[in-house]
Amino acid sequence: MSWRAAGDGDTVGGVPARYVAEPASTEEASAVLTAAATDDLAVVIRGAGSKLDWGLPPRRLDLIVDTSRLAGVVEHAAGDLITVVRAGTRTADLDFGSQQLALDPRPGATIGGTVAANTSGPRRLLYGTARDLLIGITVVRPDGRVARAGGKVVKNVAGYDLGKLFTGSYGTLGLITECVFRLHPVPRARSWVTARVPAEELAGALAAIRGAQVVPSAVEIDRPERGPVAVAVLLEGTAEGVQDRAARLVELLGGTAVTEPPGWFGADPWPAGGVGVKLTVPLSKVAKLPFPLRGSAGTGVLYATATAESVAGMRAAATAAGGYAVVLTAPPEVRDRVDMWGPVPALALMRRVKEQFDPGHRFAPGRFVGGI
Amino acid sequence: MTSLETLAADLRTALGPGRVITDRQELRTYECDGLAHYKVTPGLVVLPRDTVECARTVRACVAENVPFVARGSGTGLSGGALPHADGVLIVTAKMRDILEMAPDDERAVVQPGVINLDVSRAAAAPGYYYAPDPSSQQICSIGGNVAENSGGAHCLKYGFTTNHVLGVQVVTPDGDVIELGGRAPDTPGYDLLGAFVGAEGTLGIATRVTVKLTRLPEAVRTLLAAFGSPAAAGAATSAIIAAGVVPAAIEMMDALAIEAAEAAVRCGYPPGAGAVLIVELDGPAAEVDAQFAEVTALCESNGATALRIAADAAERALIWKGRKSAFAAVGRISPDYIVQDGVIPRTALPEVLSRIAETAGSHGVRVANVFHAGDGNLHPLVLFDGTAEGEADRAETVSGAIIDLCIEYGGSITGEHGVGADKAKYMPRMYSADDLTTMQLLRCAFDPAGLANPGKVFPTPRLCGEVPRVHRATDPAPAADLF
Ligand SMILES: Cc1cc2nc3c(=O)[nH]c(=O)nc-3n(C[C@H](O)[C@H](O)[C@H](O)COP(=O)(O)OP(=O)(O)OC[C@H]3O[C@@H](n4cnc5c(N)ncnc54)[C@H](O)[C@@H]3O)c2cc1C
Ligand SMILES: Cc1cc2nc3c(=O)[nH]c(=O)nc-3n(C[C@H](O)[C@H](O)[C@H](O)COP(=O)(O)OP(=O)(O)OC[C@H]3O[C@@H](n4cnc5c(N)ncnc54)[C@H](O)[C@@H]3O)c2cc1C
Repeated sequence: MSWRAAGDGDTVGGVPARYVAEPASTEEASAVLTAAATDDLAVVIRGAGSKLDWGLPPRRLDLIVDTSRLAGVVEHAAGDLITVVRAGTRTADLDFGSQQLALDPRPGATIGGTVAANTSGPRRLLYGTARDLLIGITVVRPDGRVARAGGKVVKNVAGYDLGKLFTGSYGTLGLITECVFRLHPVPRARSWVTARVPAEELAGALAAIRGAQVVPSAVEIDRPERGPVAVAVLLEGTAEGVQDRAARLVELLGGTAVTEPPGWFGADPWPAGGVGVKLTVPLSKVAKLPFPLRGSAGTGVLYATATAESVAGMRAAATAAGGYAVVLTAPPEVRDRVDMWGPVPALALMRRVKEQFDPGHRFAPGRFVGGI
Repeated sequence: MTSLETLAADLRTALGPGRVITDRQELRTYECDGLAHYKVTPGLVVLPRDTVECARTVRACVAENVPFVARGSGTGLSGGALPHADGVLIVTAKMRDILEMAPDDERAVVQPGVINLDVSRAAAAPGYYYAPDPSSQQICSIGGNVAENSGGAHCLKYGFTTNHVLGVQVVTPDGDVIELGGRAPDTPGYDLLGAFVGAEGTLGIATRVTVKLTRLPEAVRTLLAAFGSPAAAGAATSAIIAAGVVPAAIEMMDALAIEAAEAAVRCGYPPGAGAVLIVELDGPAAEVDAQFAEVTALCESNGATALRIAADAAERALIWKGRKSAFAAVGRISPDYIVQDGVIPRTALPEVLSRIAETAGSHGVRVANVFHAGDGNLHPLVLFDGTAEGEADRAETVSGAIIDLCIEYGGSITGEHGVGADKAKYMPRMYSADDLTTMQLLRCAFDPAGLANPGKVFPTPRLCGEVPRVHRATDPAPAADLF
């Protein structure tokens, strides 16, 4: 099993680690974490490390558990539309032929990182997010014990849905080693209808799309500082069906049907090293957020570029709309000045969950909401 | 006074008349849920009208260290709402208000006692519906659906309750009121909403539920196909999935289930069929037309002996009537029956069905099969006559053997009816001791004292260590009495 001394690159948010472990199986991972528990080591899990500097730095750090050797597709049962994938597998390496794992992963990300951060993209409108597609999970708890929940069948209500608890837990409850997902067929045809809509007509346009019974896979907007808002609607299905629906949307919105998405579709709006904010609001409030943003107008999940000064105003707007604004990524000098997470409902209960799973507060301490 | 007497007196004063039931005769009407062979008369029944009253009731239970069980419509099929003889049954029958319809947000906010179908009815005018559609949808409650993560025939395409619930207000087992999720997606922090849905009332009581409304499809087309055998119908199902079609529903019934349905509701299924498939497609009209032609062709090429296409809503309803009434209909051909709810990988269907038939045959027990063929969720109905010597035991043996088969094939002991009191004993067959302890870590975070629906889901309760002092942070009027 591979433990090694940490090198120069083995830091998280500027905090250096002392060791790095690269387990190649759930059993090895269990041995690593059992040893880490015995020695009271503080642990951060590293997937591809592509976004490890997002979020807050850990309060303390001894060991990085790197999942890159914990990779590969264990099973693809095409007839059952499911797959079993190890957590360190790069999402870019997944190929299920005429089937797909309908996530929109960030470039370079691993499956474990995608699940642990519950990242999502445009197609969450039709397919949901990792939480909806994950049907089974294997984790190693902070004390080294291996636990499984869910299974390999899509329909299953036996026991608690721990997969949902671990989805979006940012490595604070344990290490995810294997995930089971439901798959979807790759659509035979797809088309993007793109249009430019004056900002004051955006609410009406979004309502019209919702009303049109065209079942879009994504409804994305790109709202600039001033001027019209770009709208792109993704349609997927049979060739006949997509053509028919695209024609109806073109009539409704103006614009054109194209075979490639616009460059901004699904891309982060902030520059490298900038401040990235994720805003979530009820659907009817999307058009009322009065600043530049981009993202999934169809689900109310938007992204914006911010400054240390503008975060509070964005959060106030999101809160007034009944939603949230979370700072995903920010350079250290900004991170120190802003509240990254904002208000978190049910925080006391979340602390109790953390206390049960990680009583020693050794897993990614301080990285999550409320200093969890 | 006993704890329950103290509680009853306290709640009677707090909630007013008609909300606390202590009469033995009346209490007995709550002794079981849809799984009628488990019966326990509750110590006390309380009917809160809103969140504040529900929290007040739970805090009274905490103060007296008395367990409580939530109950919606009592249609559960795993004994989840089975009462405690020394506990309080909290019934949501007086919490039936639809609080808000917000089609612009594609959301509705309802009290937990609201009947599933009433949400869709209320959403129909603006062109929406609530997608999860358990066969019991005319009577089961949204709170019960949340607790069981209920599915329905259409969850093959649309997912389960957990994919359609955006937020719940919960009275925790401490008596606190918290919000999990809400009208906006992706609340920061752990997905405790995801953990709560399907927890069968063991993590607290849902007192308000925010659900997602789905736009009504432009077109719906329904097909009834008869086959010589369940294996042939299974092959057709596989062919449809392999073609990349995701129907809204694919349901199967075998000959015995058809016979029962026919006797009960005269649904007019093709006579002599060894199995029927109901395939429904919905969505944009052009899409549905293209796929419907394909599905029809696949049924034919896989040996369908008869095809019937619903011409209108009435014909569609008739096709579904046979399926939706199947459980009750079986009561016509057998005095007693056990409904199983196991799941297998769909591709194992022909093999598992023939092994079920073998096991049933060797025990001299009849099994009618009704199932969600699209996702491998079996509902074998194991028939018996409880008054005949040994029949109940033999049925129980066959039923247990079916569960073992599901586990052997990598499936689940329950696809939608839940573990409840009935299947807790099977949990260790599906999960390791560490798996189960890990699930109970979550339980201990929510309910350290173990008062919420104890004895359900897990075969052996875990002791949670130190139980935090009861705190009353969200008492409705915490500061009022200071002034
Ligand atoms: C606080 C924060 C918020 C983010 N929010 C979003 C978002 O809303 N939308 C978006 O598109 N992207 C978001 N990201 C980026 C997201 O992490 C990446 O897009 C991608 O998921 C990273 O993949 P990776 O393999 O590089 O993971 P890493 O960057 O290595 O890790 C990402 C996070 O997941 C944890 N992790 C990784 N693997 C495992 C595992 N096997 N078991 C347990 N934990 C693991 C890490 O400890 C870390 O907290 C966020 C990142 C952070 C840190
Ligand atoms: C004929 C028939 C057909 C059925 N078909 C289906 C089907 O197709 N799919 C399916 O999934 N199920 C089906 N069921 C099972 C049952 O209808 C569902 O499980 C339903 O969700 C139960 O709702 P209820 O209101 O009756 O809950 P109850 O039976 O009253 O309670 C069920 C569980 O929920 C808990 N509970 C109830 N309310 C709350 C609350 N507010 N907060 C927390 N916990 C609560 C209870 O403690 C209990 O554990 C069927 C049942 C029958 C009788």
